[in-house]
Amino acid sequence: MSARDAILAEIRKNRPAGDHPLPEVPLFTPLVGDDLVAEFGERLKRMGGRIAEPGADDVFAGVRERLDGAKVVASAVPELAGNRDLKAVARPRDVDDVDVAVVRAVFGIAETGSVLFTQDQLVVNAVAYLAQHLVVLLDPADILPNVQAAYRRPEFGQAAYAVLHTGPSATADIEGVLIHGAQGVRSLTVVLQPRATA
Amino acid sequence: MSEELHPREREGVVNPVVRAPDDESERGQDGRRLDHAEGTSKPIKAPAQREPQPRGAKIRGDRPIDQGEAAERFLAAPLHAAAHDERLWDLRRKRDNAAHGIPEWEELRELASQIKQHTLSNLDAYLEQFEAAAKANGVHVHWARDGADHNRIVLGILRDHGAKTLVKSKSMLTEECGFRHFMEGEGVEIIETDLGERIQQLDNEEPSHVVVPAAHKTRFDVAEVFARTLGTDPDNDDAHYLAESQRETTRPYILNADAGLTGCNFAVAETGTVVTCTNEGNADLSGNVPKLQIHSIGIEKLIPCVEHLGVFLRILARSALGSPITQYTSHFRGPRAGTEMHYVLVDNGRAARLGMEAFWTSLKCIRCGACMNTCPVYRRSGGLSYGATYAGPIGLIIDPTFNKRKYSTLPFSSTMNGSCTNVCPVKINIHEQIFAWRKVLAEEHQIPMLKQGMMKAAGAVLSRPAAYRAAIGAADSALKVLPRFAVYNPLNTWGKKREMPDAPRQSFHAWYKENRMKDGAK
Repeated sequence: MSARDAILAEIRKNRPAGDHPLPEVPLFTPLVGDDLVAEFGERLKRMGGRIAEPGADDVFAGVRERLDGAKVVASAVPELAGNRDLKAVARPRDVDDVDVAVVRAVFGIAETGSVLFTQDQLVVNAVAYLAQHLVVLLDPADILPNVQAAYRRPEFGQAAYAVLHTGPSATADIEGVLIHGAQGVRSLTVVLQPRATA
Repeated sequence: MSEELHPREREGVVNPVVRAPDDESERGQDGRRLDHAEGTSKPIKAPAQREPQPRGAKIRGDRPIDQGEAAERFLAAPLHAAAHDERLWDLRRKRDNAAHGIPEWEELRELASQIKQHTLSNLDAYLEQFEAAAKANGVHVHWARDGADHNRIVLGILRDHGAKTLVKSKSMLTEECGFRHFMEGEGVEIIETDLGERIQQLDNEEPSHVVVPAAHKTRFDVAEVFARTLGTDPDNDDAHYLAESQRETTRPYILNADAGLTGCNFAVAETGTVVTCTNEGNADLSGNVPKLQIHSIGIEKLIPCVEHLGVFLRILARSALGSPITQYTSHFRGPRAGTEMHYVLVDNGRAARLGMEAFWTSLKCIRCGACMNTCPVYRRSGGLSYGATYAGPIGLIIDPTFNKRKYSTLPFSSTMNGSCTNVCPVKINIHEQIFAWRKVLAEEHQIPMLKQGMMKAAGAVLSRPAAYRAAIGAADSALKVLPRFAVYNPLNTWGKKREMPDAPRQSFHAWYKENRMKDGAK
């Protein structure tokens, strides 16, 4: 008997007694107020992320210093050119020298301050971790109230890779001292910028 | 300005270097102190003194682990014992705050429990659904009967690709399988990428906690390990310096690895998705950089639908860290273009446990570690004192399913205070299962003579609720008799230095009988 069949057979033999119906999950009232943008920003900051308001004539005014100080900028958004074409990257490891990556989030979650990306937004998935800093464009209209609402979105059943980022890479494995930039990005800044209308 | 703004000086760090002036780790954009991820809710004030790290339980083949002996050595290192206790209690308090912030917390626990129980009692169907969905997504699916099977399968995949190096994120399942040790013997280089797990790998120790693997080590211990293995400055014990050193030395392995492996927090049957929750982003690096990605999945990780993630994600990080979510929640569903993706579904005793009437619900566990953080025994003895993959309360009820003789004494390492059961986000009746294990092990003569004698006496009292209540009612004498059997005994050294709390004048039951029942009669 294959391992598969042996495991399934043992599971069937050992099925626990009793009735264990799948419960209906009720729609919970979001824990956040009506101002989703403010709630999102507050939660994101508690998770170590930053919020930057777009300037009047420069979307990236709030992160301009970081962008200007960067040698390699990889942009996956039309709002910024950058100097590393992600579509031309042969191997994921080649984006290790990226100082700042700029990507757009599919949506944000006010309850947690999270943003969602799939392989379509990232182009090279690894850039969201190998880059030193991550700048995220998020349309304020794309902020969902809570995690439950997020998991009703279709992306999770469609994308090969979908990931919620909530602030930067972090660790506190040594004596509980919080450190940003454990293995991934050292900072994550969200710029609240509406999507360009097509 | 105030001392508040100069935490480095206050902490008395030996070498206050490394941290850049604009470092944002300690304070957020709004200037408030941050405590997300595993961060403490207040600055650590661990004394700048060195003390040799107490090591874990002595392993002698199948002979029963002497947790008490290892706990005694842990307590004999007061700096370590105090720091460990404080650190994990802080996590527990953060968890309380997070849980209290959600009005539907109890409802979420009940839902999570029911979803898991439903899935486990239909596990065959959900595994088949998961397998079919994964295959349709282009994922290769393997089944492993036990740990050895898992290791052989992964080795086979690596050999097929000529892979010699593998980066991995933290996975308790691979610890269970002895994966690293096996691969060492096969000439495959395994690199742990989680900071805590990497510390443990470099020090040749098992993780002591499911969420914070090196919680039992001080920064001085880490400085010593890194100086010895990574060539860092032995006198620099700054956590930032140490973490940065690990990042810089691990990055080349990540870039050059032939394969990446992650564990699995949730496996969604509906979509064939593997979900991982990390703070460092190392699962995403393991899954997104190498050309070959492998996900090791315990078969009990299944949940039916994506929608159910909306329940589990809300309780996992809050229970584990006191944060609303981990920094990264990653959903791996299909391979990247030009790469291969493999799932290894591992049984390793789980299907057998499903048939154990008193213990099958331990399979609901989502490995948050809340029961460990709240356990006075765990906090005072350190995870390595259990000499098993799983420490703390959840370990007491899981470990004996792997080896009844070796872990026969572990169910006695509990005060039976029930706190583990109260914090469990999936409502496992942990302390009741601990007691049930004591009975089973006594019946099967797995318990040393001394403890068997205790069991007999304790069993006689505990098996009859009325007698139990009568004993409790006679408070002083009961505390002398009952807890010495059920709670403390000479082998449980973590009970030393602790005095029994004064017995309440009236037990709850007696109070209830006297007041509520009287009220009801009015």
